[in-house]
Amino acid sequence: ETSQLSGLPEFVKIVEVGPRDGLQNEKVIVPTDIKIELINRLSQTGLSVIEVTSFVSSRWVPQVAAGATEISVFGAASESFSKKNINCSIEESMGKFEEVVKSARHMNIPARGYVSCALGCPYEGIITPQKVTEVSKRLYSMGCYEISLGDTIGVGTPGSMKRMLESVMKEIPLGALAVHCHDTYGQALANILTALQMGINVVDSAVSGLGGCPYAKGASGNVATEDLIYMLNGLGLNTGVNLYKVMEAGDFICKAVNKTTNSKVAQASFRA
Amino acid sequence: MAAMTKALPRRLVGLASLRAVSTSSMDTLPKRVKIVEVGPRDGLQNEKNIVSTPVKIKLIDMLSEAGLSVIEATSFVSPKWVPQMADHAEVLKGIQKFPGVTYPVLTPNLKGFEAAVAAGAKEVSIFGAASELFTKKNINCSMEESFQRFDAILKAAQSANISVRGYVSCVLGCPYEGKISPAKVAEVTKKLYSMGCYEISLGDTIGVGTPGIMKDMLSAVMQEVPPAALAVHCHDTYGQALANTLMALQMGVSVVDSSVAGLGGCPYAQGASGNLATEDLVYMLEGLGIHTGVNLQKLLEAGNFICQALNRKTSSKVAQATCKL
Repeated sequence: ETSQLSGLPEFVKIVEVGPRDGLQNEKVIVPTDIKIELINRLSQTGLSVIEVTSFVSSRWVPQVAAGATEISVFGAASESFSKKNINCSIEESMGKFEEVVKSARHMNIPARGYVSCALGCPYEGIITPQKVTEVSKRLYSMGCYEISLGDTIGVGTPGSMKRMLESVMKEIPLGALAVHCHDTYGQALANILTALQMGINVVDSAVSGLGGCPYAKGASGNVATEDLIYMLNGLGLNTGVNLYKVMEAGDFICKAVNKTTNSKVAQASFRA
Repeated sequence: MAAMTKALPRRLVGLASLRAVSTSSMDTLPKRVKIVEVGPRDGLQNEKNIVSTPVKIKLIDMLSEAGLSVIEATSFVSPKWVPQMADHAEVLKGIQKFPGVTYPVLTPNLKGFEAAVAAGAKEVSIFGAASELFTKKNINCSMEESFQRFDAILKAAQSANISVRGYVSCVLGCPYEGKISPAKVAEVTKKLYSMGCYEISLGDTIGVGTPGIMKDMLSAVMQEVPPAALAVHCHDTYGQALANTLMALQMGVSVVDSSVAGLGGCPYAQGASGNLATEDLVYMLEGLGIHTGVNLQKLLEAGNFICQALNRKTSSKVAQATCKL
């Protein structure tokens, strides 16, 4: 039984990034057959978007040949982060992305844009909402159908989330925005709730909260899909996703890579 | 370093401000939040490993140093039931009493109350529940009988000029009864308030609540008791604690319970976590520009200390992120 908070979107699309963002940031290398099994299990849960693509470089043609139906490009709202992460300035990266996105669209392949460091940068510290808006707008106008705003190091809190979204929402339609919150400081669900209250209806998460934070040793990373679904279910919002099946997929991958889940819902529900 | 406690003005919540909750209402958040630190009692009580009296005293002293203004020190309950709290009198007598800081202790019955007063307690806590079955299983009597016990304590407390804080368990769900109606929570809260409790802490005992349910419950309760007399006590068993706490702040609550390092598991879900970690709460409040009086660095030190003593890892994400091992 659920209770509706008025003003929230009726349907929330969850973008599952466990197989890509999650596994990419796990120390253990996961064998291909395990990856495939995980993705297949996630496909049976009702999730409509499961990110399986790896980082896109200018040599993206092989991915397309391999049957990719969607690509992602990763921008950042921080000059230092862009330089350290992909070894070029924001302006240079936008140039490269434009090529990729335009070609993809030519082949009828949608492109999703990510903006890292939307609420703070490991090198620059504070990031202005204006900068986030500027980068998001570039990605949107070059043809990305959706922009995922990422709190890469999880430093954001509801106030900074609100200020950033207020700025971005002036330039980009609500329906084209998503949030990608990291739980490094335990703030992810509170930040996501804030985004939902502002009308955002696409949220990224990772099964079992896979993926640590490369910038804070020992810290956690992605928000766990199970914990996100638990909150959305409780709020009476539709997701189309079966929580129990996601928990089973999470249980599978944790056993396969020999780690304990980061999902509190899973911890509470599984008597190991 | 001591923080000052401040008497909050009473105000009633109108319907307009309740409607405003669903839209972005960061502007209506309280400017100050009082954090009630329950680690030394609720936290330790639910930890498997027993810690010595000196360790408990040192923990509480470190928490006082960190700027917390209310620290629940111990429980005057029979050692037969809760061995961890057997040293309650020594702990209460042994801690440094910082000026401006209060050290409430749990008193489940009149006998415990009298022992607490003899040991120097100036404030006590009593625990009610919004569930008949939970009351029966937890303190072995009906809700009606529990109120009679509380009444005895409250009358004695009034004579002795001792403040009493009331707790209501299971406000967002019960491990035995399942769903709990907001009306029931409002009824129990009102009763405790009218009996003389200066503040009522509403506890999501098994952490099943989500923000919409928190809002419904608080809407019902706030029609009977002023928001300034309310606190929320969220458990993080399903990862919902901070989101639920944020909702409560949006509704006008300005007192939040939490536990250093997120001490205390959940006795109803094996392996699950329990209390909201004070460090993670402070992180959010600081980010929101809300004044707490707490020094996060000193708080992290206290958390680190008790986790080493308990030989366990912290449940605070902030602590995990900050510790470079």
